[in-house]
Amino acid sequence: MSLYEWLLFLHVLAAFLLVAGLTACGVLVLGGDAARRALSAPALALWNVGGLGVLALGIWLALEVDSYELWDGWIIAAIVLWLVASGAGGQLQRAIREGTFDRAGVQLAVMSLATLALLIDMVFKPGA
Amino acid sequence: MFAIVRPDGWDLPLLVHVAGAMLLVGALVVVVAVTAAAMRRGDDAAVLTRLAFRGLLIGVLPGYVVMRGGAEWIASEESVGDPAWVGIGYSTADGGLLLILVATGLAWRASRRSAGGAGGSARAVMALSALLIVAYGVAIWAMTAKPS
Repeated sequence: MSLYEWLLFLHVLAAFLLVAGLTACGVLVLGGDAARRALSAPALALWNVGGLGVLALGIWLALEVDSYELWDGWIIAAIVLWLVASGAGGQLQRAIREGTFDRAGVQLAVMSLATLALLIDMVFKPGA
Repeated sequence: MFAIVRPDGWDLPLLVHVAGAMLLVGALVVVVAVTAAAMRRGDDAAVLTRLAFRGLLIGVLPGYVVMRGGAEWIASEESVGDPAWVGIGYSTADGGLLLILVATGLAWRASRRSAGGAGGSARAVMALSALLIVAYGVAIWAMTAKPS
């Protein structure tokens, strides 16, 4: 396998971990106390590891592939969307740790929409 | 370098395929986590095994349908031929469906019997779901590395 293939595989794998964390966060927010006790640790771990992996490997990929540049519009859009999702994710993590779920639905919605927009951006690569 | 050179007409079916696969794997991870917790926490076992059943029914199965539908859509747009990575994708998808159906049946059974704690059915659901995650990890490798 070439370096590009390794990076792409690990980047996509990290994206799957991120979405697994998001799914677990969704069940955790919408489910009851038992779901919260069972899913808090794996949800946060998957979201954090997946998020960091997606960003780091995505930037490495952009540097590795000649036809991509870090200042391409679709890559800048991806980084902005990642920041939006991470910001909401950080607030949800705090809410989970403190056990206060008043705004958890809004935070989850922002995380979900930003992640979906990220996926659309990654597949369509507008302007690439 | 499929990601770079694929035809534009594949973008929407690819989005559907990948989104379905992500929902499928994400729901499987939740099923593994809640069944593992059901075996550790006797008090919550009944709630968590029901949650695992619901996860399979309204997360994993719809995710599978969307993922498989997206794959067929891509194949109908343009011939992808029969390289090894396509074969790996089809075999993990089709073999995986059988395991998903078995796991869903076992989760239904476990959810009806979990009053006294998670039993062998819940353990089997967790093992099958973990096996599916590993198989789909191989499929993700095949789809990205595309061995010829």
